[in-house]
Amino acid sequence: MREVAIIGIGMIRFGELWEKSLRDMCVEASLNCFKDAGTDRVDSITVGCMSSGLFTGQEHLSSLVPDYLGKINTPASRVESACASGGLAVRTAFLEVASGISDYALAVGVEKMTDVSVNEATYALATASDRDYEAFHGITFPGLYAMLAKAHMDRYGTTREQLAEVAVKNHANGVLNPYAQFPFPVTRETVMNSTMIADPLRLLDCSPITDGAAAVLLTTETEAKRLKKNPVVGITGIGMGTDTIALSQRKDILRLDAIDHAVRRALKMAGKKIGDIDFAEVHDCFTIAEILVVETMGIVDQGKGGPATIDGLTALTGKFPVNPSGGLKAKGHPVGASGVAQICEAVEQLRGNAGKRQIDNARSGITQNMGGSGGSCVCHVLEVK
Amino acid sequence: MVGIIGYGTQIPRFRIKVEEIAKVWGADPVALKRGLNLNEKSVPAPDEDCATLAVNAARDAVKRAGINPAEIGAVYVGSESHPYAVKPTGTIVSEALGACPFVHTADLEFACKAGTEGMFIALQLVKAGAVKYALAVGADTSQGAPGDALEYSASAGAAAFVMGADNLVAELVDTHAYMTDTPDFWRREHAHYPEHGGRFTGEPAYKKHITGAVNAILDKTGLKPSDFNYMIFHQPNGKFPVQVAKKMGFTEPQYRYGLLTPTLGNTYSGSSPMGLAATLDEAGPDELILLVSYGSGAGSDAFVFKTTERLPEIRDLAPKVKKQLDTNKTYLEYGAYAKFRRKILKPE
Amino acid sequence: MNVPKHWRESPQRYRMEAGKCRKCERIFFPGRLVCPECGHTGFDMVKLSGKGKLHTFTVIRTAPSGFTDFAPYAVGIVELDEGIRILGQITDCDPDSLQTGDRLTSKFRRMNDEGKTGMIMYSYKFVPDNGI
Ligand SMILES: [Zn+2]
Repeated sequence: MREVAIIGIGMIRFGELWEKSLRDMCVEASLNCFKDAGTDRVDSITVGCMSSGLFTGQEHLSSLVPDYLGKINTPASRVESACASGGLAVRTAFLEVASGISDYALAVGVEKMTDVSVNEATYALATASDRDYEAFHGITFPGLYAMLAKAHMDRYGTTREQLAEVAVKNHANGVLNPYAQFPFPVTRETVMNSTMIADPLRLLDCSPITDGAAAVLLTTETEAKRLKKNPVVGITGIGMGTDTIALSQRKDILRLDAIDHAVRRALKMAGKKIGDIDFAEVHDCFTIAEILVVETMGIVDQGKGGPATIDGLTALTGKFPVNPSGGLKAKGHPVGASGVAQICEAVEQLRGNAGKRQIDNARSGITQNMGGSGGSCVCHVLEVK
Repeated sequence: MVGIIGYGTQIPRFRIKVEEIAKVWGADPVALKRGLNLNEKSVPAPDEDCATLAVNAARDAVKRAGINPAEIGAVYVGSESHPYAVKPTGTIVSEALGACPFVHTADLEFACKAGTEGMFIALQLVKAGAVKYALAVGADTSQGAPGDALEYSASAGAAAFVMGADNLVAELVDTHAYMTDTPDFWRREHAHYPEHGGRFTGEPAYKKHITGAVNAILDKTGLKPSDFNYMIFHQPNGKFPVQVAKKMGFTEPQYRYGLLTPTLGNTYSGSSPMGLAATLDEAGPDELILLVSYGSGAGSDAFVFKTTERLPEIRDLAPKVKKQLDTNKTYLEYGAYAKFRRKILKPE
Repeated sequence: MNVPKHWRESPQRYRMEAGKCRKCERIFFPGRLVCPECGHTGFDMVKLSGKGKLHTFTVIRTAPSGFTDFAPYAVGIVELDEGIRILGQITDCDPDSLQTGDRLTSKFRRMNDEGKTGMIMYSYKFVPDNGI
């Protein structure tokens, strides 16, 4: 297996992009990525997208994306793992390069979510749950995570303030991110007084509906070192895990086994422990999700995610910064793009290019991108080579 | 010997008071309550309809009967609010009970008489030996037009009876039907609310048919009003059944358990069957019960039942009518009631 | 168009039929073809009691399409007496008065419909086990 490095990253600003189509967004992010890489050589393309069919009526992205990118005849595939589709695209591109099948592999994550009504978007997102045994009963994603929040509060005494602080912290980081959809600060009070969506989660506990795309170009570490002016960032660990699609079928609903497996596999491959890592980009689709994830990843002990957030452990200047980009919460959550955007942020940090949100001496980072209520999870460990 | 081997009922938890409806239409609640002997009525939740009430009542009936539902050979659901105009409610009930596929089923409609029609047919089928067990359900979520007199009474509920030939809780003594073509109440195809003949629904309709059926079955059985421990007449309001009962020589102790309308409303196809269930909840063994339904259009089915020793043994296997009527009640204001009954125009 | 799908699921939705592994005797709802615990592929049908206690829940205030008439409504994960957990709505109660650990039983209710003229979908829902 060959060592893999990231030679290009490309983002577009996330938001309600009324004037941009699915294909425009893919192409813009990819062109930004090529510009960053200093090359547009691509041997294969992997598109991560959750539900272009339901969101825009367009499938067959393995033709659309190479076509509009001016890369006709390039092998392409589209991968889907709900909100982890982006992470899965990067993983697939990694395997292309590591295996020797491709020397240059492009991973593009995309979701165009605002071409449909909020109701239709909610329906599309709910397909990531067990359609016949969860969504059928009128549960939404905020509802599934709300049940996790309630269980976490019941078991560990997690408080409303602690949940709100996740949003406060991530919005504070998002203010510093030029690509963020919501680059404004929020207070605990604003979060706790926002509209109740599904008890105990309120509007500002939820990541938004977002249009966006992100792209990364991967090649071998040797090739990257030959080419690059930037510090070379390698992907030294990849891990994926899966779990039951329905939350109710887990032996312990607060144990996110897919995340546990993905993190452990990625760290093992990189030969690292979580304590060796400098920061994390995690899947904070809801405030409670970040608390659950930092616990499962071992950044804090079980049940300590809330207090740790209040104590500032995961803040930009804390001992273990989590979501320096602003996370899905403030940066926005175009579902298929989020996992790729996490990689873009990690690369910016490791190159030392993250501007006002730069973490001092960041040498290694981990990304965690999950689907549904934790039915699938993809993690990557990135290091400066 | 054939008769009832199990029974069950279902009442929605929501209620609306006569005062609350009267307030909206500028009517006099005191006069209405006195005139109709009616205080409040049940209202189905948005997730309840004739099929759900029927299934939940039937499950309790099967529980009390203590039988394997796969042995039910016939299922009849009487209602004037079947959820589909075309597509049986009986298939939903049979499937939910686990009675499919060797089961005969039909949906019946005869205004407020459809429930006892099912009972009539079910009893005869068991008597003929055509099926081992037969289920009859009367269930409705009836609607009166906003502001109409019927809006104060049209309510929701269901009663289900499993009929069999052994382990009876109430033996069928006899039946009699009384029917003429009398257009006192109807709802045309595609019409949302029914229309009625006002005072014409009284004397030539309700009173004539109930009286006719009672006299016919008394003649046939050689029984007289004082022979019955209990009697239940169809109860479109709390006044009609009492007037007719008194006129025919029945007394308050005979109808006290079966008269549910003052706090339940008129559950249409469920009305007199639910009165029978409430009476079975209280009756002792070896007691005679007279049940007479009435359906506009118009007709009455009369039944005489005699309770058995098994009745007190099985009645606690499922909730009693009184408990369903008095527990977990939630009163609605007219706005929520209008929303629940889909009386508010919304975009499609 | 949900007709075939709903029809196919009706043993589960109407009667709560589950699968019990013939080898390790674990119960799965909905039924499966392979036991995730022991790998066995033989199952017997068992009907669930529908009785259990509330494990965790939420109150949906912003409802998805098809459910807006019911909001606010509670959805929870119920631990059945058989030892398995299933998700369902909790109806016939004030959602704000629910507590984790509450005893629940199941009833047959309307889930939603495909518009005013379309098919009606029925299923189990849970209600407080208050003896009615
Ligand atoms: Zn097994």
